[in-house]
Amino acid sequence: MAASRSISIAIIGSGGAGALTTVDSLLETAAAAGWQGLFTRTMGPQIRGGEAAGLLRLAVDPVESLPDRFDLMIGIDWLNAHRFGAEIKAGNQTLVISDPRGGDLPPMVTQSGARVVEIPMKEMAKAIPDGRPNMIALGIAGRLLGFTVEQAFAPIAKRLADKGPAAIEASLAGIKVGFGAAAGIDFGVQLAAPKPSKARRWLLSGNEATALGAIRGGIRFAAAYPITPATEILEWLAPNLTKVGGTLLQAEDELAAINMIIGASYGGTPALTATSGPGLSLMIEALGLATSAEIPIVVVDVMRGGPSTGIPTKSEQGDLNIAIYGMHGDAPHLVLAPQSVGDCVFTTQWATYLAEALQAPAIILSDQFMGQSRAAIERPADVAFIGARSIASEISGPYMRHAMTANGVSPMAIPGTRGGQYTADGLTHSERATPTSGAADHLAQLDKRRDKLDRFNFGDHWASVEGAGDLAVITWGSLTGAAREAVALAAADGIDARMVAPRLLAPVLPERMAAALAGVKRILVVEQTHGGQFNKFLRAHYDLPAPVRVFNRPGPLPITAGEIHRAIAVWR
Amino acid sequence: MSSVAYKQADYKSDVKPIWCPGCGDYHVLMSFGRAFAQLGLPPEQIAVISGIGCSSRIPAYTNCYGFHGVHGRSLALAAGLKVTRPDLTVVVASGDGDGYSIGGNHFLHACRRNIDMTYVVMDNHIYGMTKGQPSPTTEPEFDTALSPGGTRVRPFHPLVVALASGANFIARCFSGDPNQTADVLAEAIKHPGFSFIEILSPCVTFRPDEKAWKDQVHPAPVTETSDQGKAARRLMTDDGFNIGILYRGTRTPYQPAAGATNIDLSELEKDFEL
Repeated sequence: MAASRSISIAIIGSGGAGALTTVDSLLETAAAAGWQGLFTRTMGPQIRGGEAAGLLRLAVDPVESLPDRFDLMIGIDWLNAHRFGAEIKAGNQTLVISDPRGGDLPPMVTQSGARVVEIPMKEMAKAIPDGRPNMIALGIAGRLLGFTVEQAFAPIAKRLADKGPAAIEASLAGIKVGFGAAAGIDFGVQLAAPKPSKARRWLLSGNEATALGAIRGGIRFAAAYPITPATEILEWLAPNLTKVGGTLLQAEDELAAINMIIGASYGGTPALTATSGPGLSLMIEALGLATSAEIPIVVVDVMRGGPSTGIPTKSEQGDLNIAIYGMHGDAPHLVLAPQSVGDCVFTTQWATYLAEALQAPAIILSDQFMGQSRAAIERPADVAFIGARSIASEISGPYMRHAMTANGVSPMAIPGTRGGQYTADGLTHSERATPTSGAADHLAQLDKRRDKLDRFNFGDHWASVEGAGDLAVITWGSLTGAAREAVALAAADGIDARMVAPRLLAPVLPERMAAALAGVKRILVVEQTHGGQFNKFLRAHYDLPAPVRVFNRPGPLPITAGEIHRAIAVWR
Repeated sequence: MSSVAYKQADYKSDVKPIWCPGCGDYHVLMSFGRAFAQLGLPPEQIAVISGIGCSSRIPAYTNCYGFHGVHGRSLALAAGLKVTRPDLTVVVASGDGDGYSIGGNHFLHACRRNIDMTYVVMDNHIYGMTKGQPSPTTEPEFDTALSPGGTRVRPFHPLVVALASGANFIARCFSGDPNQTADVLAEAIKHPGFSFIEILSPCVTFRPDEKAWKDQVHPAPVTETSDQGKAARRLMTDDGFNIGILYRGTRTPYQPAAGATNIDLSELEKDFEL
């Protein structure tokens, strides 16, 4: 049996069947054994009783994208599985474990030519006091992946520690029965041994990573209004901000949340809120206020399917336009996008630093795929980006809040500072912050707010630029991992490609983009939108020096490395 | 409190108000200065937060820190400021459109949240800055271009709503009596928790009829109470012109506990360690 560098498993069930718990603990087991991994959840909107699937990819190398097809698919039941449609693909190499009493096999299995092995998980669970079919599934998957019973059981034992010995016993018994049931099955795939590494390793979600990056960057106040799929950021911050002397306030709506963080930041405390598309729509007016009054704030948008309520539980990149162009008037601000679960730490920290340094709002475009995936990764490195705002502490003479300076940034007086009193204003204002409707002040302050962004040296973090081939894949956000993998697959075919994925979307950096694209002959733009928002954005702001093709598709279907690879390969 | 003696003039900026001559808000500005001086508050320790409308222009006319934000959201902005800077005196200024219409939801939640701040609504029963449209407190029969023949909609009762929502101090003042308004404002600032003062402040341009308010207002014929039941009856049967402190509650203000500030951030990372 050949060893594979990557292996993928999907466990499917009705909501409440425990499919997600099962996959989460498999990830923990694999991570403890030294593999890298990514666990993505996909589900319907129901709290209980809908469809749920845990998608797991384990590998020797870092994992940042989903596979084209799953190697192993376990249906605890298939009752609502048809709702996933094409989201979870099986192929003729896929091994499907199915409970004969779990409902009809869905088309995604029957049309794939996959090998199906029937195991009566429900019946087996019934024979165990308090037994649950998902523990049988965990045992089956554990055995097929080559773990021991002890390895597969360890994360469950930890989870159930406070549930008492009966629950622990029932789970262990279920896992053992699953192991027995899988004994005779030839999986046909084996995961190559993990790389020995001394690095400290972490297991966390993109939303948790975002929250940690915020605190690392200096955020000490958050305002919270719950929304799928961003809430976990706020839930992680609630206890942890307190531990570092910070505060979280639950807001009555997103309008309040954004204004609360503006108030906190005006008072000198770096501040953040997290939301999704509908919430960002409500926050746009106040984002313009923060731009005009030069108040640093950070807003994380964990994107979901849109427009309107859209698909709250599934991923899409459709908020690019509103993040870039949403505000009325000319309102230069920062827009950034993390590129992986681990990069959520860095990008959020960097965004906080930039917002504070430039006294401007920063919008971070994460998405459901990254935000709600859990990854086993190496600990993201510590970086030196800690928000340091230019503060006016000794003030003599009239205080000029919006004074013209060489870099466009004016030292900010923090309430309590004698002589620094001013009124922050969304009205067009003079250097002294006093309201005016004059053309000269209007132009001067518009120039200032543009120039402070344009004159800043963002350094090499602005993008991931990898490879030097004459075909460039330009993408962004959570698609970066799939694009990177596609470029590697193309290289294996002898096609030399490069990847350019901007982490900084606004302001745009035309010179850096030109350097990144120097010498390209073909440009493939890849994005998860229906309208090709990223392509239009690139064409509006950058001179793309070669013919362009666009591979765009809306969510919730994930765009895989294999698909990008094929799009590269057919364009010779 | 500072030992420096402050005068009303110490709280006034050199920015010239855009208000119409005779506007009630000039008197409110005077009351602000008098109350702050009475309390001996250093101007740099005060933050005056507002939204949009004639009354919301007030921060820039003071010599305090100020924030003239977006329409209707001043209470939220002030909440973020006060919980992170409990050392500051936070006064929020609004009007009947900004505070009761577009900002109505924040009003409810500011009352129930009970953060230690003072909310002053200059109520003139009209949208003045947009030139005379009906507000939530406009009388149903009042004729405007936007509501020919009147709105035929029952006016909002801010004091009752404040009480029901949990405000910890409720008063009504008349702008034409700046000394009394200053006294009530000083009491409101001193009182812990969320204090709400409705100031009847006539719009001489779009509501010239409100010039008669000076003859209609009268001291509330009751003493202060901390009994919510009593206050509810009082406010529900109120003629709209009772002036004075109408309710003084005993709720503990909301202030999140300040955690340690010297923690090594690697402590937080333990959640994620394998």
